[in-house]
Amino acid sequence: MIWNNEYEAMQPDKLRAVQSARLSELVALLYKNVPFYQEKMDAFGVRPSDIKDIKDIVKLPFTTKDDMREVYPLGLLAVAKEEIVEIHTSSGTTGKPVVDAYTHKDIEIWSEVMARTLAMGDTNKNDTVQNAYGYGLFTGGLGVHYGARKIGANVIPISGGNTKRQLQIMQDFDSTVLTCTPSYSLLLAEIGKADGIDFSKLPLRVGLFGAEPWSDSMRKEIEADLQLKALDIYGLTEIIGPGVSSECLQQDGLHIFEDHFYPEIIDPATGRVLPDGQRGELVFTTLSKEGTPILRYRTRDITYLIREKCGCGRTQVRMHRLLGRTDDMLIVRGVNVFPSQVEEVLLKIEDVKPHYQILVDRKDRLDSIEIQIEMTENLFSDEIKNISANEKRIEEALYSTLNIHAQVKLVEPQSIPRSEGKARRVIDKRQL
Amino acid sequence: MKIKQISVFLENKIGRLAEVTKLLADAGINIRTLSLAETAEFGILRLIVNDPGTCLKVLKDHNFVAQETDVIAVEVLDKPGGLNRILEIFHKKDINIEYMYAFVEKKVDNAIVVFRIDNARKAIAVLQDHNIAIVSDDVLKNI
Repeated sequence: MIWNNEYEAMQPDKLRAVQSARLSELVALLYKNVPFYQEKMDAFGVRPSDIKDIKDIVKLPFTTKDDMREVYPLGLLAVAKEEIVEIHTSSGTTGKPVVDAYTHKDIEIWSEVMARTLAMGDTNKNDTVQNAYGYGLFTGGLGVHYGARKIGANVIPISGGNTKRQLQIMQDFDSTVLTCTPSYSLLLAEIGKADGIDFSKLPLRVGLFGAEPWSDSMRKEIEADLQLKALDIYGLTEIIGPGVSSECLQQDGLHIFEDHFYPEIIDPATGRVLPDGQRGELVFTTLSKEGTPILRYRTRDITYLIREKCGCGRTQVRMHRLLGRTDDMLIVRGVNVFPSQVEEVLLKIEDVKPHYQILVDRKDRLDSIEIQIEMTENLFSDEIKNISANEKRIEEALYSTLNIHAQVKLVEPQSIPRSEGKARRVIDKRQL
Repeated sequence: MKIKQISVFLENKIGRLAEVTKLLADAGINIRTLSLAETAEFGILRLIVNDPGTCLKVLKDHNFVAQETDVIAVEVLDKPGGLNRILEIFHKKDINIEYMYAFVEKKVDNAIVVFRIDNARKAIAVLQDHNIAIVSDDVLKNI
C-alpha cells in the first residue's frame, strides 16, 4: 500500500518543482537564521539568490559529521529554542553525539515518512507492531512509534532487549510486524527456536530492519528463520532518524522520500556529483525540516541511485542497499575491505551461520585479518584435517572476492557476543 | 561390531575440558577412555563412554558441537609386539588408520585399542579373518 500516493508516485517534473521551491526557501532561511551556514556560504561565495532550482544544489557547501560535532549542542538550530518540542542525539560512541532538534512540524514530517515506511510492508490499522528498537535518545524507537500511531496500527513499545519477554509478547499479542536491528532479529529467532517456538505458526508477517548494514544472504536467513518478509529501512539521526528511505515489498532498492530528503551521490575524494547508477558517498539535504535543517550532509554511506520505475508504482528514486561506509572501510595491507563484503561471502557458503567477527591486527608492521566464525555441525568433524580443510575452503572463498588472505578460525557456538542493538562486527586492534 | 565414539569441538581455553567432564559427571556418564587431538587453536575431544546417546544429547543441549562416529575397538595382547601384529595386518591389507588411541582395562588381560578407519567394514573382515577379538558396545558398557 502506498501511504501518500500524491508525493510517493508524483511525476518527476512535478517533484523537481517541489524540491526546487523547498530548497530555495530553506537556503534563504538558513542564511538568515544559522550563523554556521551563513559563514559557510559566504566562504563558498554563494548567496541565497543563486539557488533557484534543485540543480543549483551543487553550488552549496557540504556539511560533515565533524561540522556537526563542532556546533554541538545546538549550533544548527534554525528556529527559536521554544519552538523545539523534542531532541534526539546519536550515541556518540565515536566522539561528541550529533543532535536532531524537532519542532512540532518536524515531528509531523517524521510521523509521515515513518507511516510511509511502515506502509511499504503493507502495515495498516489492523496490524500489531512489535517495536523492538530502543526507545530513548536513539531515534529508532520513537520514529517507528510515531509512524505506527499515524497509521493507527497497534504499537507495542517493548523497546530493545529482554529477548524472552519479546518472544512471550510476540505470541500473546499476535504481533504481525517486527521492527528491530537485523542482528537482533536473528537473536530472537535463535532463542525462539531453542524455546521450541514454531515461527510459521505465528502471525508475524513482515519485519522492518535497519540501523546497521546487512546483506541479502542475511536477509534469506532471517526470512527463513522468522517466517516473514524482511525489509531494509534506512535513516540517520542527522537527517531525521529512521524514515529517510525504505524498501517496498519488491525488495529491490530503498525508496528515498525525496520530497523531504534530497539525495546526491558524490565521489568521496573530490566531492564531485556522480551520475545515477555510479557508486559513491550518499549525501542528503533536508528540504522541509525546521528545527535543525542540514545542507548536503555527507553520510559516509556508500551506495548508488536507481532512477528506473519500480514495480510497486512509487516514482521516488531508490538507493541500493548500503554497500559499505567510507569510514568503516578497512584498509588491510593496502587493500580496501568492507565488512559487508566479508559477510556476503561468508553467508554464501553453506553451513556458515551469520555469527562472525572480523579481527584486524598488526604484528611486525604487517596487517593480519582473522575472521572468527562459529562452528556448526556440518563444519565439524572428528578429524583435524577435515576441520582445517573447511577453514581453508572459507579462506579461499574470501580470497577470491576480497583479494586478501584472511585467516579463518572456527570458534565454539555462542562464543561470539550476541547483540541486542547494533552488532559489533569489526575489532581493529591496530595501533595506527 | 563398530562402537560409537563421541567427538566434541573445543577451543583451547582454560577450563573448557573440565566443563565437559563436569557436564558428563552430572549426567552420570562414565568415560571409558578419551583422546584429545589438538592444534594451536582448537581441540577435538574423542570419548568412548558407557552411554553415547545420552552423552551426545547432553553435549548438544549445552551448545557444544558434537557428533557420533563409528570406530573399531580391538583387544590387543598387553605384551611386546601385541599392537605391532595388528598394524602389520592392516598395512598388508592396505587399510589406512586415521587415528588411534588405547586403554587398559582392569577386568580383561588385554589392552583395548580404538581405531578410526575410513573403510571400517573391510577392517572388521580382516580382523575377523585373523581371529582378533573385536570389542562390542555391550562389552564396553559392562566392563
